[in-house]
Amino acid sequence: MSTNGSHSLLEVEDLVARYPVGRGVVGAVTRQPKLEVRAVDGVSFSLDRGEMLALVGESGCGKTSTAQSVLRLIETSGGSIRFDGQEISGLSTKELRPLRRRMQIVYQDPYESLDPRFRVGATIEEPLEVHKVGSRQERREAVKAALELAGLTPAELYIDRYPHELSGGQRQRVAIAATLVLGPELLVADEPVSMLDVSVRAGILSILDELRDKGLAVLMITHDLSTAAHYADRIAVMYLGRIVEEGPTREVIENPQHPYTRALLSVVPKRDPRERGTPQILRGETPNSIHIPPWCRFQPRCPMAIADCKTVDPELRRPAASTHPEHRAACIRV
Amino acid sequence: MTTPLLEVEDLNVWFELPSGGELHAVRGISFELEAGERFGLVGESGCGKTTAMLSIMGLLPPNATVAGEVRLDGENILARGEETVSPHRWNDIAMVFQGAMNAFNPVKTVGSQIEEPMELHGIAEGRIARRQAEELLERVGIPKDRADRFPHEFSGGMRQRAAIAMALACEPRILLADEPTTALDVMVQAQILELLVSLAADFNLALLLVTHDLPIVAQVCDRAAVMYAGEVAESASIDALFHTPKHPYTRLLFAATPDLRAGGERVASIPGAPPRLDKPIVGCPFQPRCDRAFAPCPTETPLLKTVGERHVAACHLNDHVREPATA
Amino acid sequence: MSASIQGGAAAATEGVDVSASRRPRSIRQIALREPTAIAGLAIIAFFVLVALLEPILVTGDPKAKVGPIFEPPSATYPLGLDGGGANMVDLLMAGARVSLLVGFCAALVSAFIGGTVGLLAGFYGGKVDVTLMRMTDYVIVIPDIPLMIVAAALFGRSLTNIIIIIGIIYWTTTARLIRAQVLSVRERVYVKRARALGAGNGRLIFKHILPQVAPLLVANTVLLVAYAIFAETFITFLGLGDPSVISWGRLIENAFNDDAILNDAWWAIIPPGLCVTLVVLGATLFGQSLEDALNPRLRVGHLSVRRFKVRPLRGKLDAE
Repeated sequence: MSTNGSHSLLEVEDLVARYPVGRGVVGAVTRQPKLEVRAVDGVSFSLDRGEMLALVGESGCGKTSTAQSVLRLIETSGGSIRFDGQEISGLSTKELRPLRRRMQIVYQDPYESLDPRFRVGATIEEPLEVHKVGSRQERREAVKAALELAGLTPAELYIDRYPHELSGGQRQRVAIAATLVLGPELLVADEPVSMLDVSVRAGILSILDELRDKGLAVLMITHDLSTAAHYADRIAVMYLGRIVEEGPTREVIENPQHPYTRALLSVVPKRDPRERGTPQILRGETPNSIHIPPWCRFQPRCPMAIADCKTVDPELRRPAASTHPEHRAACIRV
Repeated sequence: MTTPLLEVEDLNVWFELPSGGELHAVRGISFELEAGERFGLVGESGCGKTTAMLSIMGLLPPNATVAGEVRLDGENILARGEETVSPHRWNDIAMVFQGAMNAFNPVKTVGSQIEEPMELHGIAEGRIARRQAEELLERVGIPKDRADRFPHEFSGGMRQRAAIAMALACEPRILLADEPTTALDVMVQAQILELLVSLAADFNLALLLVTHDLPIVAQVCDRAAVMYAGEVAESASIDALFHTPKHPYTRLLFAATPDLRAGGERVASIPGAPPRLDKPIVGCPFQPRCDRAFAPCPTETPLLKTVGERHVAACHLNDHVREPATA
Repeated sequence: MSASIQGGAAAATEGVDVSASRRPRSIRQIALREPTAIAGLAIIAFFVLVALLEPILVTGDPKAKVGPIFEPPSATYPLGLDGGGANMVDLLMAGARVSLLVGFCAALVSAFIGGTVGLLAGFYGGKVDVTLMRMTDYVIVIPDIPLMIVAAALFGRSLTNIIIIIGIIYWTTTARLIRAQVLSVRERVYVKRARALGAGNGRLIFKHILPQVAPLLVANTVLLVAYAIFAETFITFLGLGDPSVISWGRLIENAFNDDAILNDAWWAIIPPGLCVTLVVLGATLFGQSLEDALNPRLRVGHLSVRRFKVRPLRGKLDAE
């Protein structure tokens, strides 16, 4: 939803992404039904310019698949993705090419996301070469500007270095600079700091923070709720391919309604040893997303489940106890 | 005063570099562990915490040189290197590794791998070992019929539990855990940490938790030592570390850690990077990045000094504190 | 102070990552460090030098008769004379030229075919991969020596034909190796990132994947040289070589045809065989050590029996 009535920069509706999974010879011969991993199973959300949305959840919840689907880096099986009003879910690779300038991604692993044979300057210039933007001189200027935006100043000090000469934090800054050089409108950050030391993380995240203030739309994928709590404007909690709760950050963190969100927040360790609290530790692990029941997918582990929970697949709606109109949770009991 | 179960005194570790020269990874650290205590060794990458932990078990590569003492019940187990430390491996000190997949042989069943140390140390064999292994599995929350499965058939959390069971096979008195939950989801992490705490209580185990994750240490440990550039910067009860830190690195490290509760507060990063360990360090190793460095810091190495009840810190800011007479 | 300036000051003083394990080793680094690589390279270099200097070192026709047949080694002729009375040393040097030429060229042909097949199969995957790999499997199954014999007999015995025939037999291992490498590189994050910013397949292959795969291809090509030289020797020995050129294989063939053994003329047979062996050995040593160094999974340092050392603390490090 956008504040001024016109469309949001990114609008995703009922997005579905499924991968077939092998049945094996025995399975095929005995004609067992073809199995699919339902990584993204009906996800809807929107993202405006100047807003940071954090998709949080445990592994297997579909947050990375959602982000990659949005950028059309993996194939989707259904649903709509509208970027700046234009439907992009059916576009071909060639048609997508010009859009790639406007939506970029930063990956998790700073040690693997830079080609070890490319100098920093070459890595950052590459997007400009690919999209044939600017003259050589203009490109050099753009590379320097991007480096400085990413906090690597003076730029001259870094342009000719190789990735192995840089620390993890510096490499991640280079990766960010490489996305900024084309002036994107949407940036997807997939666990941008989880492989970096704690003392370095805030530096990287503050870059994203500032870019957001300047109008960039940021979709951040993270499993770290504390990071999401500090930087994101809105949070969407995912479980087994669906968003189970979403809303403004403060609202979701301080007034969680969905039992999964509540459990998750209660087990996140706090810095202050005096705040040990009573964690609500769920038993077992997240089931695989192949056999998802047609009713509430959280029901098997839910501490609040009742008989009715096995009859309906809850939709996202405003919980009774929410204090913000944009707070939604998919649970029949709230 | 009873002898602590484990005493590390002036532990130093050097690594020979292929290019010649040495990396001084652990630079004279000391700490103590009592029976049943949960102690955290905290620090960022490269601080030496993992090397220090491996030294306690003598699991260092051939290019490593060790100096200092690691005393178990008062006896220095590093006195003659491999010879003196290997008898204590697994039956006194055991370890749970990061990424349990690395700890298991993929072609042997999990049950057999739990029985193996029992047989090697002559504790049990055959059917008795089998039964004990099954009991251990149950104790860590794995149904005992899974003993005949292979490691790849276990999920991440289950494998870590199995790794803990394997570590407990010879009933050790000290359990070293190296980033035991780093690769795990937060809910599974909570399960594993809860398991470790209950095991430590039930078996009166001393737990040494090595991690970069401060909040875990805050929730699980009683005391902790914060390491930086191969040295102990500060060591105290976890409460004192958070509420009354006496070393700027400790304070800044906490400040750099985001927290669910402290919403509006800015998260700080610490500018700069740790010093290189292949060169000698002059003065305080943290000084270039410290926000409260002053005159003595660049040239004089701060010594670890007692600044409170079982609270030591290596910082010139505490120079004015008079040390209590040694007991 | 804006955060980006703070961040800048932060980044500028961030130290350098000392993790040498991540730095890719260049071929040159390996060649100059590993003893086996040095040894292999030295042997090959020696023979290449000889082959290059042959026009200077050998005056006149090496096949010219300069004395009685099968004359034993002497001061003038250190390796004696062959069954036609020609100087063995001259013949060997001339043979070096041909054998090495055929070896290198055939290896290049193989490397080119194998590299292309592996690259395309690994990069495109799917049907392309299946088709190419099935084709590779068929070629592997064909017995190499008989095929070479048949082809040589059918298509004539020119040097070019020999090179081509050897080249089209030995590319299969290369294809598989390169395909495996490409499959792994293709999944690297920087390739995915390049694709995400809109880079086309051509750029991905030539700028990102090929440079990463090239060292292994080079290492493999060196090994192919060993195979190719041996194959040429073998074919020529069987009488299917180009009759107008001298190669080491031809020298061995001639020696047999001229009954060198009956004449106890070991100098006519052993030297050419030794040369082939040495070059093959050199190429294998060099190529293998390159491959081992480039393939980190082959490291076995952790299986060493050496233990860590204990050093007595040199007095107390700081006064209490």
